[in-house]
Amino acid sequence: MGCKIKHITYHLASEVISNEDLSFEFPEFTAQRIYKNGGIKKRYRTIESVIGSDLAYNAATRLFEETELQRDDVEFILFCTEGLDYIAPMTACLLQDRLGLRQDIGALDLPSGCSGFTNAVGMAKAIIESGQSTNVLLLFGDTPGLVSHPKDFVLRSLFSDAGAAVWVVKSKENKIGKVVYGVDGSGVKHLFVDQSCLRNPPNEAWFEKNKEVGGMPRGQMKMDGLGVFRFSLKKVPVLVDNILKKNDLQIDDIDLFVFHQASKIILKSIQRKLKISDKKMAYYIEENGNTVSVSIPLALKEAEKEGRISKGSKVLIAGFGIGFSWSGTVLFY
Amino acid sequence: MIDENEFVRLLENEFEDVEEGSLKPDSSYREIPNFSSMYALIIIAFIDNEFDVLLTGEDLRSTETIADLYAIIQKKLNK
Repeated sequence: MGCKIKHITYHLASEVISNEDLSFEFPEFTAQRIYKNGGIKKRYRTIESVIGSDLAYNAATRLFEETELQRDDVEFILFCTEGLDYIAPMTACLLQDRLGLRQDIGALDLPSGCSGFTNAVGMAKAIIESGQSTNVLLLFGDTPGLVSHPKDFVLRSLFSDAGAAVWVVKSKENKIGKVVYGVDGSGVKHLFVDQSCLRNPPNEAWFEKNKEVGGMPRGQMKMDGLGVFRFSLKKVPVLVDNILKKNDLQIDDIDLFVFHQASKIILKSIQRKLKISDKKMAYYIEENGNTVSVSIPLALKEAEKEGRISKGSKVLIAGFGIGFSWSGTVLFY
Repeated sequence: MIDENEFVRLLENEFEDVEEGSLKPDSSYREIPNFSSMYALIIIAFIDNEFDVLLTGEDLRSTETIADLYAIIQKKLNK
């Protein structure tokens, strides 16, 4: 018994931000320079009233339209986000009701960020292979734009808001390889949402400091780009090596490498370090920005559309980032 | 390890906007045309790839010229 990814849909937030738009807000950077530095042409931003679970809901609704999966077939949902509706209850509970799913199913949140997709795939595999469910619906919705300071050029130019829905189903042949996980919680200082929750909630001084930008009531994402870059260069090649070893594969056996689309410079540096050819490397950041937990399913979907993934393909997926946290596996098509 | 001049030449190749032969060991790397935090990442990735040495933010803050970068790599390799 095994499992496989049967279908992926994704949904980008409504507002498109071009390099010209960014240059208008940040006149010290020309549109050309923004593209040259980041390799991104456009990114997507949600409006204040549309949050991660809304983007996931839209993606899931489309998945039901596009596939034979019925709402009553779903036996487990996992909702991955870093922008929950409430601290409690779990947003997965709200999504069960909103999507009209059965009440005798499992529903859990997985607040996991850039390694969210690979973590969720690992959990879906465990749920199916342990005989608990046949159909698992993975939902993703991330809105870094809602916690980016409007004057933070780096975050504003890099991140996008998006949702995705992924149907994982029990199958005769196993199509999801063994999963590798990793975590280093000392990385929290390099990427986190400040003043955002119970440990350090927004207070009067915070609102006063941010009064010109609406108070930043949901907190503020803070990123030490150099720290994240060093982490990626150090850990991702080791992660790839461990995924290959655990699945008894050589690097040349892989047909496509789909990494979390962190940034162009991170992807380029990893590609160079691992000596991966351009043909085997997935870049879908130029048209979409960094969509956090949605970046890998988005890339898989686009690569399938372009014919870069077909029957027999072996695709290595690796998520990494905030936490620090990382995970990955091989998908067999 | 490659010599200092070879290091300068290889580093030059990393930047599209830099003409061949325009950088010298005593050039301040922050004065490379259009230098930005992105260029710092390019330098870190280049050195990691070439020498398996992963520089820190502190290493960058303590260096000024390309020769300083070369020296810090040598120091780390000899540790």
